[in-house]
Amino acid sequence: MSSSDSDHDRDHDRDRDLTSRSAAGLAAAVRSGEVSAREVVDAHLARIEALDGSVHAFLHVTADGARARADALDAQRRSDGPESLPPLAGVPVAVKDVLCTRGVPTTCGSRILEGWLPPYDATVVARLEASGAIAVGKANMDEFAMGSSTENSAFGPTHNPWDLGRVPGGSSGGSAAAVAAGFAPLALGTDTGGSIRQPAALCGVVGVKPTYGRVSRYGVVAFASSLDQVGPFARTVEDAALLLEAVWGHDPADSTSIPTPCEPILPGLERGVAGLRVGVVRELTEVDGIQPEVSAALEQAVKLLEQAGATLDSVSVPSAIYGLPAYYLIAPAEASSNLARFDGIRYGLRVVPGEPGSANAAAMNGATRHAGFGAEVKRRIMLGTYALSAGYYDAYYGQAQRVRTLIIRDFDRAYEHFDVLLSPTTPTTAFPLGDKVDDPLAMYLSDVCTIPTNLAGAAAMSIPAGLDGSGLPIGVQVLAPGLGEAVMFRVARALELGFGFAARARPGGPA
Amino acid sequence: MTPPEPSTPSTPSAPTTPSETDAPDTIEVGLDGHADGWELVVGLEVHVELATATKLFCGCANEFGQEPNTNVCPVCLGLPGALPVLNELVVEYALRVGEAFHFDVPAQSVFARKNYFYPDMPKNFQTSQYDEPICLGGHLDVDGVRITITRAHMEEDTGKTTHVGGGGRIHDADFSLVDYNRAGVPLLEIVSEPDIRSSEQAKAYASELRATLEAIGVSDVKMEEGSMRVDANVSVRRRGSDGFGTRTETKNVNSIRSLGRAIEYERARQIEVLEAGGRVVQETRHWNENDGQTHSMRSKEEAYDYRYFPEPDLVPVAPTPEMRAAVRAAMPELPAARRDRLVAAWAITERDAAALLGTPGLADYAEAAVSALEALEALEALAVDGARGGSPRDIVNWVNGEIAGHLNETGSSPAALSLAPAALAELVGLVAAGTISRNQAKDVLGEALADGRRPARIVTDRGLAQVSDESSLGSVIDGILAANADAVAEYRAGDDKARKKKRGFFMGEAMKALAGQGNPQVLNRLLDEKLEGNG
Amino acid sequence: MSELTREQVRHVAKLARLDLSDDELDRFTGQLAGILDHAARVSALDTDGVPPTAHPFPMVNVLRPDVVKPSLDRDEVLACAPDARDGRFRVPRILEDEA
Ligand SMILES: [Zn+2]
Repeated sequence: MSSSDSDHDRDHDRDRDLTSRSAAGLAAAVRSGEVSAREVVDAHLARIEALDGSVHAFLHVTADGARARADALDAQRRSDGPESLPPLAGVPVAVKDVLCTRGVPTTCGSRILEGWLPPYDATVVARLEASGAIAVGKANMDEFAMGSSTENSAFGPTHNPWDLGRVPGGSSGGSAAAVAAGFAPLALGTDTGGSIRQPAALCGVVGVKPTYGRVSRYGVVAFASSLDQVGPFARTVEDAALLLEAVWGHDPADSTSIPTPCEPILPGLERGVAGLRVGVVRELTEVDGIQPEVSAALEQAVKLLEQAGATLDSVSVPSAIYGLPAYYLIAPAEASSNLARFDGIRYGLRVVPGEPGSANAAAMNGATRHAGFGAEVKRRIMLGTYALSAGYYDAYYGQAQRVRTLIIRDFDRAYEHFDVLLSPTTPTTAFPLGDKVDDPLAMYLSDVCTIPTNLAGAAAMSIPAGLDGSGLPIGVQVLAPGLGEAVMFRVARALELGFGFAARARPGGPA
Repeated sequence: MTPPEPSTPSTPSAPTTPSETDAPDTIEVGLDGHADGWELVVGLEVHVELATATKLFCGCANEFGQEPNTNVCPVCLGLPGALPVLNELVVEYALRVGEAFHFDVPAQSVFARKNYFYPDMPKNFQTSQYDEPICLGGHLDVDGVRITITRAHMEEDTGKTTHVGGGGRIHDADFSLVDYNRAGVPLLEIVSEPDIRSSEQAKAYASELRATLEAIGVSDVKMEEGSMRVDANVSVRRRGSDGFGTRTETKNVNSIRSLGRAIEYERARQIEVLEAGGRVVQETRHWNENDGQTHSMRSKEEAYDYRYFPEPDLVPVAPTPEMRAAVRAAMPELPAARRDRLVAAWAITERDAAALLGTPGLADYAEAAVSALEALEALEALAVDGARGGSPRDIVNWVNGEIAGHLNETGSSPAALSLAPAALAELVGLVAAGTISRNQAKDVLGEALADGRRPARIVTDRGLAQVSDESSLGSVIDGILAANADAVAEYRAGDDKARKKKRGFFMGEAMKALAGQGNPQVLNRLLDEKLEGNG
Repeated sequence: MSELTREQVRHVAKLARLDLSDDELDRFTGQLAGILDHAARVSALDTDGVPPTAHPFPMVNVLRPDVVKPSLDRDEVLACAPDARDGRFRVPRILEDEA
């Protein structure tokens, strides 16, 4: 074995070590000088380079920008000392391609935005930068965040790092897969009906949907404005809290941003669950087609929390079963309006039909939208347009908004007796690619447990709860009332300790 | 179930076919001055651009006439991800409008999205208010008649398209160019009930509305520049009938005068259609100032489906008692009160006062000039032989006469005049003091309006000052009488006719000697004294 | 509640400014009917007297001061456009009755 080979092996071991560490661990190592930010970034970029060809977690890797940012942080440490470094200095992060990044392609997984370079940063992207975290790339997603498998990306699906023949979930499948595959310890996603929690469950990572209004939506390309919320992915509960605390808080550029101060999560993270009342939501546990191993994992979660001193009981949220139908009226309705701006005039794709010079503006709009949007986006635009149209508004959109009120009331009643609620995150583990593409309704059903939280505007997160018989991750969901992130994370941390989930995806085979 | 009707159309749209029995036996002359058995029904939809520093939902400057696409940002360009935040001054302005027109201001109002595609709308929906507007049920009294104002709501303006090729006509154009500087500029839409029965009344309503909006400082209300746009919903019905005819909506009316013409045109056109057995088509029509006609723009055969729903990116506006009290406390004088005050204080006619209030900025201009005149006279009263006598009425005569005429000709606004209010006061002072005659003053005013010089300066530059000094004028007359002793004798012996002729001759000689700058009043008096009496 | 016809789907596509192929029309008609059937379950709930929820967290009067902020650079804005000319966005001719 030549010396260069052994150098190579040592570098390889070091890279693997860095890419399996937590964000908290990496930030501490960079601060202490054990490693440089540049080494951390290079290790992750090398892993992306080596393995993303088979996972396809990224639509765009910002290698040069990430290295330059890492070098700048290392220089800052040398000149101003370790104390000058922001909290997440040197920690790589994957950013869902629905977040606007100035001068960096932002496609939302859609042909219609191919080549668009936003002239501004989303608030969360600016806050990420200020926290010292380093964006390594834009993560793949279902087109305009519409989907539960990332198969609706116009640029090809993401593969589940645990089994490349299966979906990673969606719509933030690229973000979940990136974290599971060790491409970054952290990722940002968005959750409109489960788009963070469902892929987190399917990829065996932690995924958090914060309270609506807690994280700014400014610069987040809208799917359903009254439901969309940005949140973190991480491999540990602590890391998820670190990232959430870096980006959340009031933003005057978002009118729906909640102005009240955020109760910090990290100080109470290890306080345990003794004395907490935990309710298991009957309607979200007894869903059709639930995989027995998923039910078993939930039962184990119940036991673990009881052992840790929590009081558990089952609780009914009767209107929760109407979450899915209400969601499939509200979200498409808002989307149909939000996506009207993609008309081939100001940015993105333009398709002009017919002979040159013969088309009018309307024909150009119609042809552009026909060519630029994928099937699922078209379906939802049609559904939403119909739900809002004259004669149907009250029966569809109006009724769904009233059902939303009932869901909020039912949750409020449940939280009179419980601090947090518990349910599976998804009825099943990751399904094979292509399995549900021709059956939209079956695909929608994989969000049945996550949707009610979005309608209520509350918080929820998914925690890895072991593997099924095929070695695929299972998730359990902790639900909390609005602004209840701190207690939700405490419960999640207790589950993390209890499950002791340490298995890692090996997308490159047993390396 | 459908949501409520968009934008509260001012006339129900169900067509009522006129039947023979609707016609009264005898045709009387209606309030509208017509005697053809038809009654006009008009409702006005007025859009005013609000005079804020920034747009409705973003910090871009709200400025007219900038380079295209320079006042744009992610929000007003509708870039993906951008979100609106409401301008607090717009809410304050809406509350002022609420006060001024006696609106009910509901506890809560919400924004809604009005969805339709058009290239001048960056998001392909307009953020507007729909079933919960900020103002409901107001009114405006016009010449003793109360016009009900259905509602006023906040909304955003669209961008501007320019059609290139095909002579600028939209259908024939080769392509269009879009400038989004105006996109997102705050508008208030004020919709009246179909309470208006004549074109004169429509003009009076629009004029009073404009004067009121001007008085409360919410808009510069320039119809020519489009900062106030008046659309007329016009229908006709048989006199005595209480149903409504099918209405048309006429747009592109650029002045109060055009509003009257457009309504009269539509009235006649609709009557002609109905009397020929046809039906009025519910549609939008475009007023053409040049041919004096309205032209069909688009048919509403297939009704729009705007798919309104509450704007999820904005929260409701709930005016607090504090917000409303602050607005109420700061309400300025409204036009009706101002007219009464000016009539009383300046001893002018109602008509003069109305004329002042009928042009934006004109009453402010006149008030500033009167203040300047009072200051001038206070100063001159301190001087030994300070001349006094200029009155507010003199100011008003100039303002409603020459100055209003000048504004009409040039399309300028009072604030933009090169003749400052103080300069007009100076001019009135010069006439009152006898320094120049009223005829000379007209010329001076013309020059001052043209080049901005002060009237006193023009008088000096042109050597216009009248000679009013009695001793100099007296010696000129003495010289003339002495040189024309025969004529003096003939005058004294002559009859009235001969005396008048000779007197004219003496006056002419005196003016000749004074190069036309003798003060005619003083000259006349001195001439009388010297011819008649002791001289 | 949902007797969705191909003609309705065509009309909705027109409202949404979305050209659809005949194939897509057929497929969407069936799929949308299925989804609407499911969504129509919301009508099973008695919502008499229940107000609609537009915002999960009720807030009012979120306002900003009327203070000018910098606008975007025009070159940067127009660089995103598929077609621009004379400082403006260029579009094919507009039919007035498009709206
Ligand atoms: Zn702007």
